[in-house]
Amino acid sequence: MITDFDTLHDCRDAFVSTLENLASENNQIVAVCNDSVGSSKLGGFRDKWPERLVNVGIAEQNMVGVGAGLANGGKIPFVCAASCFLTGRALEQIKADVAYTHANVKLCGISSGMAYGELGPTHHSIEDFAWTRVLPGITIVAPADPSETKGAVEFAANHDGPVFLRLSRVGVPNIFDSNHRFVAGKANTIRPGQDLTIIANGTLTHRAFQAAELLAKQGIEARVINMATLSPIDIDTIVSAATETGAIVTCEEHSVHGGLGSAIAEVVVQQCPVPMKILGVPGVFAPTGSANYLLDEFGMSATGISEAAHQLFYNKGKKRIA
Amino acid sequence: MNIYSCFDLNTADNFCQRLIKLSRKYADFRKALTDTRLHEIICLYIYSLETFTLDVQTLQDMARQIRLDDLKTVYRAKAGHIGGEMSAIDILTTLYFHTLNIDPTQPNKPTRDRFILSKGHTACALYTTLAHRGFIELDELSTFLQPHSRLNGHPNRNKVPGVETNTGALGHGLPIGIGMAKAAQLSGEGWRVFVLCGDGELQEGSNWEAAMAAAHFKLDNLTLIVDHNRLQQGARVHDTNALAPIADKFAAFGWATTAVDGHDIAQLREAFDKRSATAGQPTCIVANTFKGQGISFMQDKVEWHHKVPNKEQYEQAVEELQAAM
Repeated sequence: MITDFDTLHDCRDAFVSTLENLASENNQIVAVCNDSVGSSKLGGFRDKWPERLVNVGIAEQNMVGVGAGLANGGKIPFVCAASCFLTGRALEQIKADVAYTHANVKLCGISSGMAYGELGPTHHSIEDFAWTRVLPGITIVAPADPSETKGAVEFAANHDGPVFLRLSRVGVPNIFDSNHRFVAGKANTIRPGQDLTIIANGTLTHRAFQAAELLAKQGIEARVINMATLSPIDIDTIVSAATETGAIVTCEEHSVHGGLGSAIAEVVVQQCPVPMKILGVPGVFAPTGSANYLLDEFGMSATGISEAAHQLFYNKGKKRIA
Repeated sequence: MNIYSCFDLNTADNFCQRLIKLSRKYADFRKALTDTRLHEIICLYIYSLETFTLDVQTLQDMARQIRLDDLKTVYRAKAGHIGGEMSAIDILTTLYFHTLNIDPTQPNKPTRDRFILSKGHTACALYTTLAHRGFIELDELSTFLQPHSRLNGHPNRNKVPGVETNTGALGHGLPIGIGMAKAAQLSGEGWRVFVLCGDGELQEGSNWEAAMAAAHFKLDNLTLIVDHNRLQQGARVHDTNALAPIADKFAAFGWATTAVDGHDIAQLREAFDKRSATAGQPTCIVANTFKGQGISFMQDKVEWHHKVPNKEQYEQAVEELQAAM
């Protein structure tokens, strides 16, 4: 439950504080980066353990390969870089060296989605869910707030196998309290509702929650699910949402192709067909603007999401939805 | 010349006593004894002695045997990359039977030396070497490329003991080797890391990202061996995207470099034994080789990158390899 929408947090802070806590207890944890010490907020880690920060310079293919080699040598590498370059430039290393080899590498995509909004599409990372989701064996997590980020980092450190943490720098409110226990592969229903379901993750979860509040004023009770783990996807929660509420809206800071909406649709169409609306970046390179501006622009303001949900609600039961 | 002529058999008693003692330790001995596969028994025994060093003649014999078994395996599977396998086999033999500190009974021992076959398409040569070294059964080579065989066309760490990382896409081995060498450096461990890549493979830019980092990190526990057979899949390296001078390029990147005859096991042994010519520098060994080495009609021929011999060619190749033994 979100009580304070105005105090926003940069989840990178929870990421590095958790990483440093874990690293102080386990000296096998190392950080690998591509000159991204500042943007990954690894300055504190470097000051505490300079030798355990492996900075390969601006060379992402080498960075991911080095991570795989460190894992072979018994280390637990957190490979940190802007998500656009980590997943785009080094995709084959992620496929062969990490996923296929099943190396114990933690890929940390910083500033994912449109966090670098003004810098343009080279720096946008709205393809990373799609690219990583098709690779077997990578657990993909996009936490929605600081508490969930902490849980996701702790999970990554303790899980034996590849993990992709999709992190943002765009401010989000606290959604979960500090007692929240993150369980990989298990979605959380953060608002009950029977009329339809809104599923989101990362920076969209609080927007989805606000959209549900707007819908409630119109008499529509929307269930809101935070699906932090994209892979493996929580099939049971999706099937329950579809069968109990009859319609699903998804929203993500990602292309509408291949991401959260697609992953949910793959379950829905095969197990429990109901109408869906997939909100995201609609197959275009985004124009200039901040992440929050662009999310609003692409129909993912609280109002935008509520309008899409409203329309879907009234289309429930129709054979074809315009 | 045979494998056990190098073996110091003071007396038959001595040998038998040692064998019995070891047989308690290794179930494989007992199995091998019942199979009366003396060759394997002796090999296992030799490798179990930490201080034992195979002489050059024995290593050469082993390389010839691996060539022959590789040829048979490729011929049986009707696929493989025989040219590059023949060029790499002396290197693989020297590493696995002389240089590497590895134990087939503990393939994941944390302090083992690491070897990466970055030119993963020559997997058959690696499998054949691993089989002779005791990581997998020799009989399993007959499954190479068969449906659901773990002996895939490119090596898979999660299926084949002794394989360190899944290669196949080129230019991946050296970055991973840097990570392994860096892990040893961070842990204060003494293991060494060897990466074998093709010369054409150096056209992949990831190698040069890695070359910079290895020198910067002062990884003197890392050795890159370039199988410099001067041919790539489609043509001569020189005519495709000339790399020369390879050693000078690595030297400019801060590596210690050396060039050897990649089919001269004495030279390979000496080059691999050196941890590094210079403290704090990674080593690049340019091994001058021939694609198709050991089989006259394949040698230095572009078309034998992944061609499969027909019956007549196969018989001639077997004859040539056997004549050399």
